[in-house]
Amino acid sequence: MRKAILILLAALLPGQAMAANHVALANDVFVERITTDAQGKQRILLEEPRVVVPGDRLVFVLNYRNAGAQPADKFVITNPLPDAVRFADAGDTRPLVSVDGGQGWGRLEELTVAQPDGTRRAAQPADVTHLRWAFQKPIPAGATGKLMFRGVVK
Amino acid sequence: MMMKAPVGGAKHQLLPSCSLLALFVALALPSHAEAAGTRAGSTISNTASASFDTGGGTTTIDSNQVDLLVDELLDVTVASNNPADVPTTPGATGQVLSFSVTNNGNGVENFALSTVANAGGDDYDPTVTQIYIDNGDGVFDPATDTLYTPGANDPELDPDESITIFVVATTPGGAVDGNRGIVSLVAEAVTGTGDPGDSFPGMGEGGGDAVVGSTGADGTDAGAFIVSAATVTLVKSAAVTNSLGTADPVPGATITYTIVATVAGSGSVNGLTITDNIPADTSYASGSMTLGGAPLSDAVDADAGDYNGTRISVALGTVAGGQTRTVTFRTTID
Repeated sequence: MRKAILILLAALLPGQAMAANHVALANDVFVERITTDAQGKQRILLEEPRVVVPGDRLVFVLNYRNAGAQPADKFVITNPLPDAVRFADAGDTRPLVSVDGGQGWGRLEELTVAQPDGTRRAAQPADVTHLRWAFQKPIPAGATGKLMFRGVVK
Repeated sequence: MMMKAPVGGAKHQLLPSCSLLALFVALALPSHAEAAGTRAGSTISNTASASFDTGGGTTTIDSNQVDLLVDELLDVTVASNNPADVPTTPGATGQVLSFSVTNNGNGVENFALSTVANAGGDDYDPTVTQIYIDNGDGVFDPATDTLYTPGANDPELDPDESITIFVVATTPGGAVDGNRGIVSLVAEAVTGTGDPGDSFPGMGEGGGDAVVGSTGADGTDAGAFIVSAATVTLVKSAAVTNSLGTADPVPGATITYTIVATVAGSGSVNGLTITDNIPADTSYASGSMTLGGAPLSDAVDADAGDYNGTRISVALGTVAGGQTRTVTFRTTID
């Protein structure tokens, strides 16, 4: 099984190199800190993740850009959630999510998770293992965009 | 130009190669499942991928990989293991309070232990003599538990690990019944303590920083002793009867002695025995001892009383505070 996957990956590599000129995907992670000023007003700051400890809220930002001359059709961005991060929300970006390691996909509110007693319960944000944004329209040449989601360090 | 993400993504748009790649990444990720949180020194790596078609078939690219080193959170809690005050007696040594110390941080950490016995809010200050680190059985035994020496054997705890600590104290002789004495155990992360968010650069497990967590990296809880003492008061009285029908102590008169033992206090008295020598020039009246109105034999046997030729003795055993015992016996004047 593992060997087969490696061969598959190897097959993908040339495509990656060729496409690098056309579409770029940048990934940034920030720590969201909430501070309260003297007036009791809360301020949310996004900081470089210099220090990260369990319980910190991370904001993942994905910037994409179609730098090629052709529209990019069937554009899908997938982000497997790091194991040490519990999914919180994805703002208003409405991703598809997987709660089973990337096998099944859907809106979080549509998914269920098997329980030890055999019944299924509604999926919770903490169950999310993968996020995916599938664009219905092609990304025009020269277009850029941004996606984000939040998670908490377990 | 900015593109908004789609509102209605559909499953049929997903490409098989992309799914397989995602699955592979999931398999390759290390597993972290600590209740105290992700272990200090581990790395959180994030990579996204994009697949698309610009006319020449499906292409998949990966984003850059962002690696975050997880820093060490310093958190500790101390909890008393004694659900109620521990009874003690004035002057008693080797009195034990039990505490649990738990590392709530995400890295292995040593904790310095200390006690506070003079914080007030009680009636006396127990004198702490030793701190012992339990051997794991939860039962205090100075022969098998480890004597704690600050700085020398500060206990090292893994994330989520708890140990039992015994604080051994002496109760001052001047403490009286009902007095309460509080002892607090304090545990402090050896790396450092402070306000939540304070950090110690480079001192975390795995090379990151150590960051003070919500507990301030120190914990404390109080246990208490309650002095449970009892005092015994003996009152002896005598009544004389004679054949003349008067109370004159003439030869041949009978003296009935009554000894009332009264135990006061919230504690109890163990091994309480009343003995009384038969006065000179009087003779014990055989079989005359009673306890609580019930006769006692003179022999050393199953009942509480005996007479050995010079004195009577009544063994009362353990008597709780608030109770009385009445012993009577008779003599005749020679």
